Amino acid sequence: MRNILAIYTKELKSYFNTPMAYIFLVIFAVVNGYFFTNTFFLFNQSNMRALFNIIPLVYLFFIPAVTMSLIAREKNVGTIEIVHTMPIKDGEFITGKFLAAFTLILVGLGITLIHFITLMSVGMNIDYGAVLTGYLGLAMVGAVYTSVGTFSSSITDNQVVAFIIGLFIVLMFFLMDKMLIFVPASMAGIIQYLSVDYHFSNISRGVIDSRNLIYFASVIGFFLLMTARMLEVRKWR
Amino acid sequence: MIKVEKLSKYYGDVKAVKSIDFTVNDGEILGFLGANGAGKTTTLKVITGYLMPTSGNVYVNDMNIREHTHEIQKQIGYLAELNPLYNEMIVCDFLEFIAKIRGIEGVAFKKALIRVIDQCGLSGVVHRQIGACSKGYKQRIGLAVAMIHDPAILLLDEPVTGLDPNQIVEIRELIKELGKEKLVMISSHILQEIQATVDRIVIIHKGEIVADGTSQELMSGFVGNTRLTLEAHNVNDESIQTFAATHPAVSVVKTETLRGSHRILHLEYAKEKDPRTDIFKFAVDSGWVITEMSPHQIELENIFRSLTKEGDSNA
Repeated sequence: MRNILAIYTKELKSYFNTPMAYIFLVIFAVVNGYFFTNTFFLFNQSNMRALFNIIPLVYLFFIPAVTMSLIAREKNVGTIEIVHTMPIKDGEFITGKFLAAFTLILVGLGITLIHFITLMSVGMNIDYGAVLTGYLGLAMVGAVYTSVGTFSSSITDNQVVAFIIGLFIVLMFFLMDKMLIFVPASMAGIIQYLSVDYHFSNISRGVIDSRNLIYFASVIGFFLLMTARMLEVRKWR
Repeated sequence: MIKVEKLSKYYGDVKAVKSIDFTVNDGEILGFLGANGAGKTTTLKVITGYLMPTSGNVYVNDMNIREHTHEIQKQIGYLAELNPLYNEMIVCDFLEFIAKIRGIEGVAFKKALIRVIDQCGLSGVVHRQIGACSKGYKQRIGLAVAMIHDPAILLLDEPVTGLDPNQIVEIRELIKELGKEKLVMISSHILQEIQATVDRIVIIHKGEIVADGTSQELMSGFVGNTRLTLEAHNVNDESIQTFAATHPAVSVVKTETLRGSHRILHLEYAKEKDPRTDIFKFAVDSGWVITEMSPHQIELENIFRSLTKEGDSNA
């Protein structure tokens, strides 16, 4: 636990001591803000559906960008040798890294709450529950993508490659349920269940189903475990 | 104590270390010497638990590296070869991060920080960004990282490469000081760098140990020729030929003419047969006026070079 915290704070500091975090947060806020407010007054509806539709799309590019440096950079610069010659478990190292990147995503999400404040001041009959679960869903999707990004960062020492692989995998998860018409009917159920969007839309409709939560938790767990395997391989190379 | 037993490490087909054995005792400073690519860094990486051995074993204080990796890592301070650092971090933040993972926090950390700042001479850069520090300071930061938990064992992979002569002397002094109570293992590819500091030398070549002993032991066990420079006036070609003919044990390697008959002869002879009195007598008889006669000490450097060259022709 102490080690996770050490890695976590170090990683957060390096996000916020460099322009990285600020650039991410500002652009994330501006992009989401533009797409949300653009149609908000046009639709004249008291909900945040538009925001919840756009953020998963923005995630596709932003999260791999945030996570690409997590492990790839340590490998490239060689600092991973410092970490791996100290008494710290791979799991602690990965968890700390993952949580730091996830925190940055949460801060980004936090900034979009400003739209919620706008909604509260101009809207009527707001479904607070749907907004709450929508944010929960967004956080979950963010966590899944962050775990994918952590994994893709661990398989290479090149950040650009890590970004592209990360983008590819999250895109797969995103597109899966949009490709359902192309897969045989017998496979459709499975593909749909694997898709991130399917579970996200369930949650953002206001239904917190344990199936969705289990799905998110297991995908996150799977990618973090894969990351640990990737790090372990190095020792035996 | 570090005990390396039949340790091998292969990277795919590349055999970086081939079944080596050696031990390092507590309170000893060991110089781990070898040309670039000889397997020094690989060996150190296995001892630190960064890499797992392909076969064989490493025991640190009787603990097996395969089973007690973290326990061993707690006792080791390691300065990696390229001294990788988080350039975007502030020096004291970085040391705090390392200390936290080492389990040193609060008052204990402050004490440890003061100690390493003092030992490594870091007082000028504590609040500076690591990336903005000079190479010499970065090396000292690396040392501070290795020493923050006051480990019983220090492994330093080429600690003085890239430092200026003054800094090299400082680091040497520091290592000597630390070696009084700790086990220190320094790797290097330059003999002079560590010759003055270490108690014992292990030479590794192409993944195999070719020598192990104190510098005296290594020198006395070395069989080779001694060179002698003889500078004299009144020397002509004819007398040189006579000299060569009458002294078969001495070979004339090279002659240089300074001015007329003022010459320098480079001679070579087997170490155990010192011919200097004979040479003197011959010089008196043939009218040479000797102005200099100096044998060259067999230097460890020669031993190192001959040991690490042999294999090249076989390979």
